[in-house]
Amino acid sequence: MNDLGGGFPDPARDGARAFRAILDAMARPGRIVTVEGAHAPGLSPAAAAVALTLCDPDVPVYLAEGASGARAWLTFHCGTPFVDKAECAFAFGRWDALAPLTPYRIGTSEYPDRSATLVVEVDTLTAEGPCLTGPGIAETRHLSLPDVDALRGNAAQFPLGVDVMLTCGDRLACLPRSTRIGDA
Amino acid sequence: MERREWLSILARAPHARLSALATPFARQVRTLRAPETGSVMVRGRAGGTGAAFNLGEMTVTRASVALGDVVGHGHVQGRSKDAAMAAALVDALMQGPDAAKVRAEVLQPLKAMHTAANTTRAAKAAATKVDFFTLVRGEDA
Repeated sequence: MNDLGGGFPDPARDGARAFRAILDAMARPGRIVTVEGAHAPGLSPAAAAVALTLCDPDVPVYLAEGASGARAWLTFHCGTPFVDKAECAFAFGRWDALAPLTPYRIGTSEYPDRSATLVVEVDTLTAEGPCLTGPGIAETRHLSLPDVDALRGNAAQFPLGVDVMLTCGDRLACLPRSTRIGDA
Repeated sequence: MERREWLSILARAPHARLSALATPFARQVRTLRAPETGSVMVRGRAGGTGAAFNLGEMTVTRASVALGDVVGHGHVQGRSKDAAMAAALVDALMQGPDAAKVRAEVLQPLKAMHTAANTTRAAKAAATKVDFFTLVRGEDA
């Protein structure tokens, strides 16, 4: 029961700072930002900060196996309902537990925003790997990705598809569906 | 006493009295959720079908603390952060070994106070009661 601690120490300011960092990361795909202040059982600090900042009782969440320790924590801090992959707005977990991408909502032509965002825990997050181009990237950027083929397939569905956030410790990088993934 | 009952007593308690009564029980607690003030939509039911309607918003302050392995939640009317922390502490203590003592020294006085206030108000209202009756009308005689 005692693992309910670990919310933002200063909710208003930390929340605003985390929101700004997440916004920045999503607007500039592949850029690695640091989000601190949140600690949850079963989630990395960065993923916990994403949950505190973006999830509330109107945001259905899917918790993959391995992240289920965060269930009580998310209920206490965010009040999120828990659903399965096909209905979630946010999914938390490791890539092996979240993959494949097919069950998640990818939006519709009228409402491409009605799609899921995957918050994927990775072991390493470095600026090395496949070449990224697209909106928010001046020329090219590189980022270590868990499964290049699946993510390339997701990008090919644009303007539909899921958005991906990669978290490692307190670091976070985003890969929205608009980013085209080239070769390493 | 069920948890909902003591949470209800704590939520309605006058802030100063609640804080004063809880002072002797002050413990080292870990704050899970610092006191925060917000508004809550109070819903009610009326009419034959019992459909819910929004009665209005009220200001509520909430806090959560951990006392060892026990988690206490406090919700109080108004914007007193001290009262919210006191309510959370009392909730945590009520789930622990000190429950009987806390019940006798904090909850019973608050409950008695609430009952007394209700009785006084009911008595005042009863004093203004008007009985309506129909006089016997001529044609019925």
